[in-house]
Amino acid sequence: MTDALLEAEGLDKCFDGVKALADFSCAVREREILGLIGPNGAGKTTLFNVLTGFIPSDGGKATFKGTNLLRLPPYRIARVGVARTFQNLRLIRRLSVLNNVLLAFQGQPGERLRNVFFRPRASAAREAENRKVALALLQDVGLAEKANDPAEALSYGQQKLLSLVCCLATGAELLLLDEPVAGIAPEMTERILAAIRSLPGKGRSVVLVEHNLDAVMQVCDRVIFMDAGAKVSEGTPQEVRNDPKVIEAYLD
Amino acid sequence: MEYLLHILILVGIYLILSVSLNLIAGYAGLLSIAHAAFYGIGAYVVALMALNWQSPFWVNIVCAVMLSGLLGALVGIPSLRIRDDYFVIATFAFQVITFSVLNNWVSFTGGPMGLPGIPQPVILGWQVSTHLEFLLLVGFFCALTLLVCRRIVRSPFGRVLKAVREDEVFAQAAGKNVAAYKVLVFMIGAGMAAVAGAMYAYYITFIDPTSFTVMESIFILSIVIIGGAGSLRGPIVGAVVLVTLPELLRFVGLPSSVAANVRQILYGGLLVAFMMWRPQGFLGEYSFEKGSGRG
Repeated sequence: MTDALLEAEGLDKCFDGVKALADFSCAVREREILGLIGPNGAGKTTLFNVLTGFIPSDGGKATFKGTNLLRLPPYRIARVGVARTFQNLRLIRRLSVLNNVLLAFQGQPGERLRNVFFRPRASAAREAENRKVALALLQDVGLAEKANDPAEALSYGQQKLLSLVCCLATGAELLLLDEPVAGIAPEMTERILAAIRSLPGKGRSVVLVEHNLDAVMQVCDRVIFMDAGAKVSEGTPQEVRNDPKVIEAYLD
Repeated sequence: MEYLLHILILVGIYLILSVSLNLIAGYAGLLSIAHAAFYGIGAYVVALMALNWQSPFWVNIVCAVMLSGLLGALVGIPSLRIRDDYFVIATFAFQVITFSVLNNWVSFTGGPMGLPGIPQPVILGWQVSTHLEFLLLVGFFCALTLLVCRRIVRSPFGRVLKAVREDEVFAQAAGKNVAAYKVLVFMIGAGMAAVAGAMYAYYITFIDPTSFTVMESIFILSIVIIGGAGSLRGPIVGAVVLVTLPELLRFVGLPSSVAANVRQILYGGLLVAFMMWRPQGFLGEYSFEKGSGRG
């Protein structure tokens, strides 16, 4: 696969003797939405944690556009271009919606102390630019009116939407979304799915972990079914859905 | 009149201390009880240089800030691995070590006898000697500290500090080098505390280790908490109230031996009351409650 953006090979991760990842391999192509499904404890979130540097892997390889991800700390991975959301929502709840988005921009001159004092103009100029981009991103998902409210004032669904916007604002090419529509009302689910579906058109690739199978079938180009840390089935949503091994696993 | 000026100078010194600690504890969320150690390091560096080398004011203060900042990095580094209560204990350890060194290295620091006779500073030919002149000097550094802090907390840098305080994992996922921010903010805060120490040494002209104990650290932290952590004005209000309040006790007619004890009770009582009913302080936006926004 020459057009793979992310390549993971033989990833292993063990927690107290329980295999969370067992020789797991996968590839994410450019501008595709890859679904990752499987029962609870199949290792989906562990995979995200390993790929984004929050948990060290026990073995294997993972490269993003040729960069080895496994040795990098989380903040470097975000800068390289792999961003993520979290299953248990993470936002800076007391900061405004807009500031949450602004936090996600990379390479801000104003985040370096010496620029704050010695290049205030450049910092302010970039801040104003980022503000425009951030507002446009919020506009796209219909959160622009809430820009100045604290993030904690949003509804749960809106917070999930906001965390997706933050993820986008990092400018990362690959977004790892951990259950973006879990526990959300149907209308909001539609809004979030629409936002996800539009991502490949903007040059982004997505790995989507989700328990809502209908959502996965709707938006994904390809699906991987994993169980006990290993890949069980891979293919188009239809193929995976009809794979006897998958049916068996879900019936168990 | 001199008495009033004296109180104002003290308010100024504590203002620098509390505003700088607020940067560490209020904005970045790193609860520290080592601030009096940095305060003391600033005072001792200035005093030793002025006494031994008769070096000029600016040289002394710059050296004090740099040494204190470096040691601040040393204290900030454990915050990368340990957090919350355990980090407080690590800062406590630094505080205790600093006090012990000041108290026991008699040949260098004078030990419990302290360092008397610190010469008054001469700044560009201006000999600072009267209370009013000292108030101007302290006022200048107060203003400088406040301006620097305001610039920091209103910048994107300050936004990242708040993110580190509220959710480190989010900050990392957003591409922020959390470790660097923590160490940096500790260096800045420690450097500012050294300025306050320098002011104190020059003003009182005599320093000894008892001014830089853990009780002093706790007092500075009380100012931050009661005034309001994580806000710019909070520690200013806190410093004014907590420094002047005990002075008012003098006018109630209590004998000074009783007043000193009442003072301690007052601080303790205030702290408990605020923790129970207004944990964010007078003007704060952040309270040190367990599990507040941390995951």
